[in-house]
Amino acid sequence: MLSRTADHLYWMARYMERAENIARMLDVNYRMSLMPQSQVQEDQAWAATLRIMALEGAFHERYAEITADNVLDFMIFDESNPSSIRRCLLAARENAHAVRGTLTSELWETTNGTWLKMRDFTREEFQDVGAGEFFEWVKYRSHLSRGVTIGTMLQDDALRFIRIGTFLERADNTARILDVKYQILLPAGEVEGGAADYYQWSALLRSVSAFEVYRKVYRDLITPARVAELMLLRVDMPRSMARCLKEVYSNLQRIRNAQSAETERQAGELEAQLRFGRIEDIVRGGLHTYTMRLLDRVQELGNRIADDFLVPVS
Amino acid sequence: MTIKNFYNEMTDEAGRVRPHYASYANWLSEMPEERLSQKRAEADALFHRYGITFAVYGENAGTERLIPFDIIPRIIPASEWQTLAAGLRQRVKALNLFIRDIYHDQDILKSGTIPAEQVLNNAQYRRVMQGVDVARDIYAHIAGVDVVRAGAGEYYVLEDNLRVPSGVSYMLENRKMMMRLFPRLFSRYKVAPVDRYPDMLLNMLRSVAPTGVSDPTVVVMTPGAYNSAYFEHAFLAQQMGVELVEGQDMFVKDEQVFMRTTQGPQRVDVIYRRVDDDFLDPLAFRQDSVLGVPGILGAYQAGRVTVTNAIGSGVADDKSIYPYVPEMIRFYLGEEPILHNVPTFMCRKKDDLAYVLDHLAELVVKEVHGAGGYGMLVGPAATRAEIEDFRKILEAHPERYIAQPTLALSACPTFVEAGIAPRHIDLRPFVLSGEEIQLIPGGLTRVALREGSLVVNSSQGGGTKDTWVLEA
Repeated sequence: MLSRTADHLYWMARYMERAENIARMLDVNYRMSLMPQSQVQEDQAWAATLRIMALEGAFHERYAEITADNVLDFMIFDESNPSSIRRCLLAARENAHAVRGTLTSELWETTNGTWLKMRDFTREEFQDVGAGEFFEWVKYRSHLSRGVTIGTMLQDDALRFIRIGTFLERADNTARILDVKYQILLPAGEVEGGAADYYQWSALLRSVSAFEVYRKVYRDLITPARVAELMLLRVDMPRSMARCLKEVYSNLQRIRNAQSAETERQAGELEAQLRFGRIEDIVRGGLHTYTMRLLDRVQELGNRIADDFLVPVS
Repeated sequence: MTIKNFYNEMTDEAGRVRPHYASYANWLSEMPEERLSQKRAEADALFHRYGITFAVYGENAGTERLIPFDIIPRIIPASEWQTLAAGLRQRVKALNLFIRDIYHDQDILKSGTIPAEQVLNNAQYRRVMQGVDVARDIYAHIAGVDVVRAGAGEYYVLEDNLRVPSGVSYMLENRKMMMRLFPRLFSRYKVAPVDRYPDMLLNMLRSVAPTGVSDPTVVVMTPGAYNSAYFEHAFLAQQMGVELVEGQDMFVKDEQVFMRTTQGPQRVDVIYRRVDDDFLDPLAFRQDSVLGVPGILGAYQAGRVTVTNAIGSGVADDKSIYPYVPEMIRFYLGEEPILHNVPTFMCRKKDDLAYVLDHLAELVVKEVHGAGGYGMLVGPAATRAEIEDFRKILEAHPERYIAQPTLALSACPTFVEAGIAPRHIDLRPFVLSGEEIQLIPGGLTRVALREGSLVVNSSQGGGTKDTWVLEA
């Protein structure tokens, strides 16, 4: 397959997944803001969302203060923000447009249809339907495009580049959500437990569709260590780091070329580290340090994939 | 301007419905107008969702528009089509022989049938093609010949498009749309199917691979996603199951063309290019082209890759060469042309120019190298001031223009704001030349949606219709 085609497929998938993850991150904050909490806590949560995406600077260039409305506007509609949901859906669509012949017509129509709806979606409509319903819509469209991808695309390299894009992006986002929420919800020295905690942690779990999963897997109280374990190490949890890396690794094995051996090895090493890792060890060494290192390696993997497959080889 | 005495596709002079439209007219009379409106809205929504759009130059980058689709089909009876098809085959065959000739022995020029300077000094004549042998001696592999009907219903060829003719995707999509909107109509008529066009195209492209290549790799080459016909490029590549490449995806090494893939370089044997000659190879043509592939001309001249349509084909569809096509048919085939040419005045000739200047108000004056309905004067529709302005341009550069009588293009009932009313149409059938000359029964019918307008170009407010060729 053409390197440029692979590149577009990979980024189409990444942007669609990113739109979904941003909706998830915003949704968890939005849900928390409906619960009894202090203004300080709420503001802190919105600031953290910007920090997750490394967008604090860009935000402050455009808005005076961090409020729920401002952050939502910036992260949903803002044309100047390359990570706004609007820009992500447009980027997904533009990448799809560039390779529409490689996509099934269903997948193209789904991606194009999502963008057309977003393009026409106004701030007034957003006020009408409400944030919760909007985030559901974004997630639904992302589910739909993934379902259409798996349900209609030939199982060839095109699909594999799409899958690698999806899971690398998801890995990145899961690590970021966990890291930031962990820091906020569990400041050093604070004791675990209590009602507020329960809601906060369950909201975090819900943001990665893991609340029911948690109940099923642990059948016990929600504890921060278990939440971290679920999000990092449980390979049967579809949004965990372990799962994402397993998918990236297995897809990389199928598209291997003459120069991709080292990339494949690094992906395999990372996958094994997550598969055999123990949450006690991670917590002892510091979760933040661990996730930061993880993020670096995921990013390094993305760069290597671009070098090996996407950037033209001649 | 109102054109009188035009041929109405659906009804005769007495207002009676023509036999091949009878069943459709019945069906239409039972169809409430709201229902038609609703169907049209449905069609628009579907075209948008499918992204069947064309990009518009000069507006915001990335602006995409729909080409309006009219839901009333244009119907062509079997016998009419047979004549038309025979005429198109004849014409394209002669055009291919002509292109080969002018890049080799130039018999037609030596015989004086066509003035040599008309060909050799033409901007579309590519000296680099002299003496180059191409696979199967085919140059115009894909021709989109524009055909119109005049007053009495006779067909005229208006233009032979031999460079990168577009529109075939709309032919295919329009049929799909009609079958989706009005499935039951198709049980009333035996409409010849068009959907095997991509297969025919792929077979043709494979058949013109360089000698010695048994399993050729075919690609479609596009200028990119912002080209106005990008939808079609992607569509054809997808329908044929081949790669859609841009110039940047290919490179030339040792006179062989390769594309960059995730598995390393892969050889390319046949390029169906939708990029003009000028942009194809920055080493040979325009140096500023970023759409092309450096060195591709060398590979082509060496016979290591096939480019369709051939480099230098454009000279044969030039408006200054058009008047000679009937002569070409006689010269190469020894046959009388089946299809008429529109009588054409060549303004570079003194007598012709004098006549044209005297009759500007009646004529259509076109730029020799123009396309897309720009740079032309439609005399009967122009104001006095417009005619006078044009007269000055014409007097300054007569060699750049030709003129033709204003043809009373036939009209077909069309669903417009005011209801169902006749609108002028043309037809672009697509002729494929490889091992043999083939064409799909059908083509793209373009319709001038504005009342009285004769300009069918999509860039100038034209729409399209599904074209039904009936089976015998």
